[in-house]
Amino acid sequence: MSAVADEKKIVAGGSFLIEERAPAEIFTPEDFTEEHRMIGETTREFMDKEVRPREPELEQHRWDISRELLRHAGELGLIGATVPEEYGGLGLDQVSGGIVGEHLGRSASFATTMGAQSGIGLLPILFYGTEAAKKKYLPKIASGELVTAYALTEAGSGSDALAAKATARLSEDGTHYVLNGEKMWITNGGFADVFVVFAKVDGDKFTGFVVERQEGLTNGADEHKMGIKGSSTTALILSDVKTPVENLLGEVGKGHKIAFNILNIGRFKLGAMCGGGMKLMVSESVRYANERHQFGKPISSFGAIKHKLAEMSIKTWVGESMIYRTLGLIDSSLTDTATPEAKLRAIEEYAAECSIIKVALSEYCGFTADEMVQIYGGYGYSADYPAEAAYRDARINRIFEGTNEINRMLIPGMLMKRAISGQLALLPAAQKLMEEVLSPALQSFDEDEEPLAAEMKLAQNAKKVALMTLGTAAQKYMTKLADQQEILLGVADIIIDTYAMESAILRAQKLVASQGEEKAARYLDMVRVFTNDAVERVETSARNVLAAMSEGDELRTLLAALRRFVKRTPSNTVAARQRVAEVVIQANRYAY
Amino acid sequence: MKIIVLMKQVANKDAILRINRDATWIEEGDLSFEVNESDGYALEESLRLKEKHGGEVVVCTMGAQRAKSVIKDALARGADRAIHVVKDDLLNLTPYAGAKILAEAIRGEQPDLVMTGLQSDDNGFAQTGVILAELLGLPHATIVIEVDASGEQLRVKRELESGWYQWYTMPKPALLTIQSGISQIRYATLKGIMAAKKKEIKEVAPAATDPAAPSQRVTKVYFPQKTKQTQFLGDGNAKAGAAQLAEKLRSEARVF
Repeated sequence: MSAVADEKKIVAGGSFLIEERAPAEIFTPEDFTEEHRMIGETTREFMDKEVRPREPELEQHRWDISRELLRHAGELGLIGATVPEEYGGLGLDQVSGGIVGEHLGRSASFATTMGAQSGIGLLPILFYGTEAAKKKYLPKIASGELVTAYALTEAGSGSDALAAKATARLSEDGTHYVLNGEKMWITNGGFADVFVVFAKVDGDKFTGFVVERQEGLTNGADEHKMGIKGSSTTALILSDVKTPVENLLGEVGKGHKIAFNILNIGRFKLGAMCGGGMKLMVSESVRYANERHQFGKPISSFGAIKHKLAEMSIKTWVGESMIYRTLGLIDSSLTDTATPEAKLRAIEEYAAECSIIKVALSEYCGFTADEMVQIYGGYGYSADYPAEAAYRDARINRIFEGTNEINRMLIPGMLMKRAISGQLALLPAAQKLMEEVLSPALQSFDEDEEPLAAEMKLAQNAKKVALMTLGTAAQKYMTKLADQQEILLGVADIIIDTYAMESAILRAQKLVASQGEEKAARYLDMVRVFTNDAVERVETSARNVLAAMSEGDELRTLLAALRRFVKRTPSNTVAARQRVAEVVIQANRYAY
Repeated sequence: MKIIVLMKQVANKDAILRINRDATWIEEGDLSFEVNESDGYALEESLRLKEKHGGEVVVCTMGAQRAKSVIKDALARGADRAIHVVKDDLLNLTPYAGAKILAEAIRGEQPDLVMTGLQSDDNGFAQTGVILAELLGLPHATIVIEVDASGEQLRVKRELESGWYQWYTMPKPALLTIQSGISQIRYATLKGIMAAKKKEIKEVAPAATDPAAPSQRVTKVYFPQKTKQTQFLGDGNAKAGAAQLAEKLRSEARVF
């Protein structure tokens, strides 16, 4: 046997933008193993039987119940799914972690509690903790015995995390650090035992620490929030709080790496949770629409409602395709014996994809919640029905784990950074594209018989649009690109829709290959509708961005190229949406 | 103590059922499947007995390959190994024919206890377990809600009608059919799920059916037809009408 390497062949992060993929190359939910399926079942059952019935109590801030539920989740293995066995976890793949996350999304409040416990509150210790800290804390966190929280944000430093004011100084005998400062919006703050805290050593070295609850560490009252009311969110006050040097995370002054890398993971987990929440929302909406009669018919029989149910289902399915494609990428770049460091590198590799998932899924989720309220009509506005809470709960997803604005700007930013450092061959691709823009080749009109060939062509062209806009922006603003927020946001939108389209098309093609075109027809419908609308959005964003960056002949040339790239024959999306809706209406639940 | 649990895969309770094209059975193409409810309680009871008295829990399932998910699920919850009688078409199997195949599949195991749910959620014959007991030459008890296996003899609590119960003592080995809802079924933990990968699942072919055995064929499946009918009672005589109404409420509507 050859020596086992930590990492296998890696598909470069961001390379989706410059390379074509075959359906067989991507991971989809249809590739789940029997074990994956059962992990999903266990999580779903736990959420539906133990957690959801207790939401009213959680909303009364009964954190003893949160703790009890965390213990139960720990017993089932839900907290430590991806934690190595030597630290009390199960050492499962990222896809398994994603599946757990997805089903946790069935209760937004408890998902938030678990997100801190199993994600941002646990992973910094796993990835950056000393061996002593890992051995001491991880098994008890995985079992739910200890509750964790992640304390990065301060009143004056949110998106600008590095502007934190909290301080840490080494004690004179060099055995421990003393921390002072105030943190804000700390999930699990009201009852956590162990905190991952960021503070500046010597006033400027941003550093991560593990800190236990003790005298001097107090939390404020629970915030009155718009949603996720069944999760604890408090301020945290550190007043001469001590923590031993073994509880240092990583190196002094390298806290920013921890903060940002952990957020990458937090982002795809958040995306997965949104995905699970959406499935529940679609199911509840379709059940309501089937039961509610107006004008002598169930409202699900009306086109206006069908349109909504279809769009909610499509966004859920496309979002799911993106999540598991990315988790599959991470897993396939790792061997079973990969060290935590290798895992972290693998996840960092796909930082752009993680941000894409965060933005896309949180917005699909917000859309779905909004339409759920609309389907419920007057009852949607009543707190006695589930739509009202779903709507409020969904709103935070666009804010935490990095606002969607920050995440959008990170996407082109991270891709450019990778391009400049040579990790991603973006620049040659952009150059080649510019030649094509200036001297267009004759368009071929070969009718491809392959299902979704036209859509795939559009997705590939959307990549060209992304490259064209990003390339133009890079050329025009050079090192000042980061200041051009509106441009970056527009380019990010194009990239997000590109990744979404391609992930959905590839998944549908894979389904055609495994099930045949007739059985996969419902998926083809969804992909056709989504692509149709996504290309519209891509075109609009590109036009706005290009018009802001160039003028005259240059603009005319670019717009002509854009028109070629997005040229399409509109398909009958009304009929396709009706068919998509019919599937969930017949099944009386989300059934894709 | 070696316990064999018989578990069947049935259509998901929440599934919206449609009748297939030939009207011979439900359309299975898009269906999701699950463990027959009372079989899940039989498994839970077996696992509890094993925890108390030691031994082994062996799951036996008859069905198509898709029924493997029932087996996997049972192994993940704590069963030790499984026997899968691979048989695609269970529809035209009488309870006797089914029990006969199961008897041949488990006879060699010489179990101390055979447990099954009291009936399947699809066919609902409630006979397979009882016939199987007969074929294996074992005593049986049905609709069992509590099992005490600590003594030489087996003590079981049976559910009778109208809220009555019966404690019943019987020799071992025996076969019990278990009532639903008697306990809290444990979860398949993630650890259990991963451990199940390494547990043995023995596939066996069904024993040849006895040509003389009674067989059945489902000729037509249809939804119960809803009709509205109006009946006039008493023929103008209020007293006679009231008596007839009371009788109908008792015998037809069964409201008291």
